[in-house]
Amino acid sequence: MEKIRPARERASTPHRPSGSRRFWTLRRRDTFSGWLFVLPQTLGFLAFVLYPLIAVVYSSFHTSNVLSGVTKYAGTKNYSQLVHDPATPSVARATVLFCIALVVINIGLALLLAVLLNQRLRGTTVFRTLFFSPVVVSLVAWTITWNFLLQNNGGINSMLHAVGVDGPNWLRGDNSALVSVVIVQVFKNVGLNMVLFLAALQGVPRSLLEAAAIDGAGPWRRFRSVVLPMISPTTLLTTIVTISGSLQVFAQIQILTEGGPSNRTNVLVYFFYQQAFDNHDFGYGSAVAVVLFAIILVLTLVQWRLRKKWVFYES
Amino acid sequence: MRTRRLRLASLALSAVSLLVVPLAGCSNGSGSGDSNVSLRMTVWSNDTSQTALFNSIAADYRKTHPDIASISFDYLPIDNYTTALTTQIAGSNPPDMAWVLERDAPDFVSSGALTDLGPTLKKTAGYQYDDLAPAATKLWTQGGDLYAYPFSTSPFGMFYNKDLLAKAGVTRTPDQLVADHQWTWQNAEKMAAQVAAHTDKQGLVIRDWDYKTWIELAALWRGWGADAWSADGKTCEFDSPKMQQAMTFLHDAIFKDKALPGPGETADFFAGESALTITQISRATLLADHPFTWGIVPLPAGPAGASQVIGQAGIGVMTKGSHKQQAADFVAYFTDAANSAKLARYFPPARDSQLTTATLAKANPMFTPQQLQNVVIDGIKTGSVLPSHQNSAKIANLVQNALDPMWKSGANVGSVLAGVCKAIAPALSQ
Repeated sequence: MEKIRPARERASTPHRPSGSRRFWTLRRRDTFSGWLFVLPQTLGFLAFVLYPLIAVVYSSFHTSNVLSGVTKYAGTKNYSQLVHDPATPSVARATVLFCIALVVINIGLALLLAVLLNQRLRGTTVFRTLFFSPVVVSLVAWTITWNFLLQNNGGINSMLHAVGVDGPNWLRGDNSALVSVVIVQVFKNVGLNMVLFLAALQGVPRSLLEAAAIDGAGPWRRFRSVVLPMISPTTLLTTIVTISGSLQVFAQIQILTEGGPSNRTNVLVYFFYQQAFDNHDFGYGSAVAVVLFAIILVLTLVQWRLRKKWVFYES
Repeated sequence: MRTRRLRLASLALSAVSLLVVPLAGCSNGSGSGDSNVSLRMTVWSNDTSQTALFNSIAADYRKTHPDIASISFDYLPIDNYTTALTTQIAGSNPPDMAWVLERDAPDFVSSGALTDLGPTLKKTAGYQYDDLAPAATKLWTQGGDLYAYPFSTSPFGMFYNKDLLAKAGVTRTPDQLVADHQWTWQNAEKMAAQVAAHTDKQGLVIRDWDYKTWIELAALWRGWGADAWSADGKTCEFDSPKMQQAMTFLHDAIFKDKALPGPGETADFFAGESALTITQISRATLLADHPFTWGIVPLPAGPAGASQVIGQAGIGVMTKGSHKQQAADFVAYFTDAANSAKLARYFPPARDSQLTTATLAKANPMFTPQQLQNVVIDGIKTGSVLPSHQNSAKIANLVQNALDPMWKSGANVGSVLAGVCKAIAPALSQ
């Protein structure tokens, strides 16, 4: 029986008929084919991710006048401006509050809904569809609809008025504006996290729950000590995605509040947009974008590092 | 095996070409050359009748200019117009021509973003350059050069719904008050409050303000002789006594008398939801299918007397455009005497010879000669343009945020206005 030779040995077989065939060895053909396959994605990554990223960092160290087209090196001036900008404390406060509120409410509500809809009851499919449907609705259409509902003389206050309650001026109140934006965002995306939790809950082995029950664990204890650890990888995933998403919420702010009143809903990503595109200050806007990128990166890395402490992997 | 590999390689190459070919199509090369020029003008109007007029003027121009393959009017919503325009410029995709708002004029003119139109307009046969009113071109002129043609010089006026006023028991209409020299802000406010109190509609709407676009409030505070900043743009005047009186009047009108819809409340005059509205006369096209009888009067007089306010819009040729001369030639045609008369139907012209009741009446059948004289001709002659500044975009955001605390009951108007000056002082001095 002929022994099968490794690819490198076959490729270097001396009796190749021509020079070009000698160059196109099997190994080179494999490498070339591989590169061709990854080339579209690589080109896309280079053109639409890496290049803009480098350009933003470069731009953050320059001042540029869009109209005149003049760009000058500015050193760390744009970063210094961010530190001393009177709007920075309000923007930081809005960003942190929005992020915390969104993550806590979104994850909590998604888990609660998933647990409720994991029961074997009639009609759960209808509710699952109902809660998931906003995820597939256009974000802008969803937000514009809520914008009408949340006006002072809008649908929600009209309903409240009908039952004798004077609702707040949702999008103009100092505190209600941020709450409104959070609620609109939670209802938009809670269905996605709910579905992920639902899948995780259905993956929890019944044998473990039965064993815990035999050992005398009540429903809450079973949930806390068995279910939560078993679904912790999903909790990690949803937390990372929700935190990252909460720092990139833009359309809702633009449509509902434009960052107002008095910067109460002006989160970092919207502040970046205002500086770069409204004020035509691309240098300063780029510095804000770099800081935002760094925050998201650090938060994601921290969560990744901490996962070993609270995420349970069966393997 | 080899065939399979080749097939796979071909597949990968096809995928690459799918990505690369569209990218190549995105390049801004002017491969068509100057004999096949496509011109693009950004506009903030999507009114179909206005667009039809623009297209008909462009079609006529192309008949005598075969080198122009197409002329398009690219609509950008007014809310984010300047943002979208500057984004196109920053993205190396500037239009050949652009409408520019009066508030952005100093920024665009001083930055060199627009080319000097003067030489082209002057050399165009029959253009009658000297017919352009100096008051209209002032904002767009620097060092004697004209950087945009002020195609619309549109005064603000007060539209009113006669039916709704009558329903609210208002016995003297704004026109009668004008005739009796009693058309004051106080009387207008009382009228609006009466409508709000006696009907389920709103009183007075300052259109486009919506508690955000504060520059529209100039229509009110100019009646008190107040302004946002000094003429040289260096000193904030929001905290002046005149401004405090004007803003206190407005605050009381909103929160005490309910004469204006409060924050977060919407009402559209043109849909019959309010009795009075302040807006530019170019919005009159919205009344084409009006379900009510209406009138229009000049802005009311304040303690400083009658003070009219003008909104302006210019057409400029972008310095970074690919076909500057062709674009300038088209602007010369678009705004010559004949086409200016056509455009006057929607946009009050900047030509002295056309600012007559007879000329405007031909183009504006919706208005009576008296309305055109009182609101348009007198408004343009006596009015002043909305505030503008070289740093207008940044200042607009800062003022909006600083004014927000005022839009609630019990706000300390003086303190808020002092805060506005504190917020914008650095930007004014830049």
